Amino acid sequence: MTTFTLNGESFDFDGPDDTPLLWVLRDHAGLTGTKFGCGAGICGACNVHIDGRTRRACITPVSAVAGRTITTIEGLGAQQLHPVQQAWIEEDVSQCGYCQAGQIMNAAEWLERVPEPTDEDIERYQTALCRCGTYARIRKAIFRAAEIRRQGAVAVVEPEDPEAAS
Amino acid sequence: MNSLNRRRFLQAGATLAGGLALGVSLRGRTEDKSGSVGAPAGPHLAYLVRIEPDGRVIIGAPNPEMGQGVKTSLPMIIAEELDVNWDDVLVEQMPLGIKRDSEGNLSWLHVGQGAGGSTSVSEGWQPLREAGATARQLLLQAAADSWGVPIDSLSTERGTIVHSASGRRAGYGEFAAAASALPLPETPPTLKSSADFNIIGQPKPVVDALDIVTGKAEYGIDAALPGQVYASIERCPYRDGSVVSYDDKAARKVPGVIAIVPIEGPAPDEYFTVLAAGIAVVADSTWAALQGRAALKIEWDPGPHSKESTASLREQMVAAMRQPGQVVLDDGDVDAAWANAADQFEAEYFVPYVSHAPMETQCCVVHVREDGADVVAPTQSPSGASRIVNRLTGLDRLSINVHMTRLGGGFGRRLTVDYVAEATLVSMAVKRPVKLQWTREDDLQHDFYRPCGLHRLRASLDEQGAPTGWRHQLASPSKYYRRPNVKPEDMWKPELYTDDPPRRLLENVQRQYYSMASGVPRGSWRAPAHYANAFAVQSFIDELAHRHGHDPLEYQLALLGEPRELPYENHGGPVFDPGRLAGVLKLVAAKADWGEQLPASRGRGIAGHFTFGGYAAYVVDVTVDAGELRIDRVVGAIDCGLAVNPNHVIAQMESGVHDGISTALRLEITLEGGRIQQDNFHNYRMASMRDAPRVVETHIVDSPHPPSGVGEPPISPLAPALTNAIFAATGQRIRELPIADQLKG
Ligand code: FES
Ligand code: FES
Repeated sequence: MTTFTLNGESFDFDGPDDTPLLWVLRDHAGLTGTKFGCGAGICGACNVHIDGRTRRACITPVSAVAGRTITTIEGLGAQQLHPVQQAWIEEDVSQCGYCQAGQIMNAAEWLERVPEPTDEDIERYQTALCRCGTYARIRKAIFRAAEIRRQGAVAVVEPEDPEAAS
Repeated sequence: MNSLNRRRFLQAGATLAGGLALGVSLRGRTEDKSGSVGAPAGPHLAYLVRIEPDGRVIIGAPNPEMGQGVKTSLPMIIAEELDVNWDDVLVEQMPLGIKRDSEGNLSWLHVGQGAGGSTSVSEGWQPLREAGATARQLLLQAAADSWGVPIDSLSTERGTIVHSASGRRAGYGEFAAAASALPLPETPPTLKSSADFNIIGQPKPVVDALDIVTGKAEYGIDAALPGQVYASIERCPYRDGSVVSYDDKAARKVPGVIAIVPIEGPAPDEYFTVLAAGIAVVADSTWAALQGRAALKIEWDPGPHSKESTASLREQMVAAMRQPGQVVLDDGDVDAAWANAADQFEAEYFVPYVSHAPMETQCCVVHVREDGADVVAPTQSPSGASRIVNRLTGLDRLSINVHMTRLGGGFGRRLTVDYVAEATLVSMAVKRPVKLQWTREDDLQHDFYRPCGLHRLRASLDEQGAPTGWRHQLASPSKYYRRPNVKPEDMWKPELYTDDPPRRLLENVQRQYYSMASGVPRGSWRAPAHYANAFAVQSFIDELAHRHGHDPLEYQLALLGEPRELPYENHGGPVFDPGRLAGVLKLVAAKADWGEQLPASRGRGIAGHFTFGGYAAYVVDVTVDAGELRIDRVVGAIDCGLAVNPNHVIAQMESGVHDGISTALRLEITLEGGRIQQDNFHNYRMASMRDAPRVVETHIVDSPHPPSGVGEPPISPLAPALTNAIFAATGQRIRELPIADQLKG
């Protein structure tokens, strides 16, 4: 039995220890937003956050997450859309959309550490692959998400600024 | 109903809630239909237009959505003529709808529902507009009857019926029930003039955007039927190989494994039902199926193609091209053109086999029951899925339900339904719903690959360097391999398009084909042969221009000449207008400062191409520094006729840019000892954000022409624009794809 926190709630998995977290999420927890793309840690379609860091769920055995905290795409914006999700909608990034959960989990995490991203940062940290070729809009959406986050931050510091409230 | 003469036949009827539902069918008559599947029985998803008494407008998306945007653009066409607020419309994916008439002929219940050849928008354009307009007409008639006023005195305003004389207004929902009882108008209603469009031509976002970014959108991999089991198949790695023996003792011991099902391979020389022989492991979870599969011990007979390699195929091409090929086009007299030429030039170009590699690997859920079947699949060909289930089970076509999820990419891979066949066979064996899941290794090793090919182009030139004669020879394993009813002398047809330019631009044009033998299954890959032909032709034109010191743009414009309509009988016709191709080239050149001097190590290249009714061109800027290539900027232009949803036209151009870059940079499928050597993204390295240009711009030509498709035209000109830019930067001509490390010297 492996127990971990999944999108804020405790989850028990009663299967083989070597089951990749990806298939635990998809087949057992009913959370299908996390996708399978390569099963080899390359494409990032299966990106989730483990204790706040982006990890490839397809190569993470469930035993490795015992006692840890997992956030999936379903949990990211559960209360309210995350700025990255909002930016993805505003820039209309998705084509087939299959890779986008992984892209969003990817961006949402590193933007926390790099709040004012440059092109170089995007090329370095946004490693999830997109077969449809949405990279131009992913780039724009990351800049926009950074902007949304900044505005949010400004709103806290200077609540009277009318621009910041919008 | 007096509508036997109408080519398009509209069906109307009540929804369960008493609203109005309307479908449209290209053929057939309801009065003699003997049955159908995909029509509303319960939730009426199959209807194109549904208006509920509470005023909700639900529009069906008939075609598979794989990222090309038709789940948004086709309903936009209906909504325009229906005259509703786009923001109030709910879009639902329709299942496959087919019907049978009294003579037993099957036809579409509503509209054609495939996705291939960039035809969804162009073919749906007229019937979908008529569907929307007819629904509006019925609502107007119901209001006129109810208010006792002439129908001509009524108008509509985005979901509201207005009687301006009295100021009376009411929402569509109030008349939905009454409208559903009315006979169809006998003549098709008048359609809007394009000047009055307020939805068509406006940029609209993806209808599923919110579901996608929150992980709720349903793909094939997410589909589930109650009681399903999970299957994974170990397939023979050799083409047309077979299972000699297998030992499943260890596999059966894996906890969760339920059954082992051998799958027979395709019959040699017959078209593929499944792609390969294999052993399916059925289990109670995906992981158990994969673990069981890993524990199988299988001895393969490598079959007839075990000696084939990339090198042997290339040798076959080179040897064949020492002799004349099959002449498939012979305009004028190329021999005389060579004899009278002031100069001549010849060059060879090669494109490799590539895989579709959609981000979502093949998968589906199939349940074969005694009295019917359910299929939930990410497919570009729902009717193909229905046909294969019928063929394998003998079940009546009208008892086979086919539901389409969103597709995690298609690119032509999902025009074939081999994975549906596999799941069907396993479901027949285990008598339960079967969810089949391919791994990435499965997907790269078992595909209908885009054919490789060796192109040789030759031109005769006059004193100024202008072409006077043109020959294009191609040696390739044809996409028509094993297709039923294709004669050997017709194998060239999907590989060389006879009417492509420079036919009719030059007097003397010859095309020759050499059909190569290969055991590799082949299929349609985005824009099929246009990718390879555009690479060869647009590179060659650039070479000819540079040979005599001409500007490549001016040289190509001179070749294209004045705008005029030339016959074009290949797919995407019936006309090719060189003026429209010149138009996108000029537009993109102007937007990209073509002709500007660039610093050393930087270069700018241009290319354009006509694909399936659409014209696209790019200018690519590159920097090549010590063998390191950086694509700095891509400026694109497209003339796709009326842009129904400009947002998605731009998205498809961006997709063409990145897919074009990805395929040109590193992608190739190679063979050694009959086996495909690539098996995951570490050795089939698609473009990442690091390869993506920082600037991508798209310009849409404001065009008076009816809409063409936009899924495929954007890809073909990218690779030659890129390699022409590399030549401009370095003087090195790339004649082989992928570019890989050719620049490293
Ligand atoms: S599926 Fe996990 S990285 Fe590709
Ligand atoms: S949107 Fe299709 S793979 Fe990224």
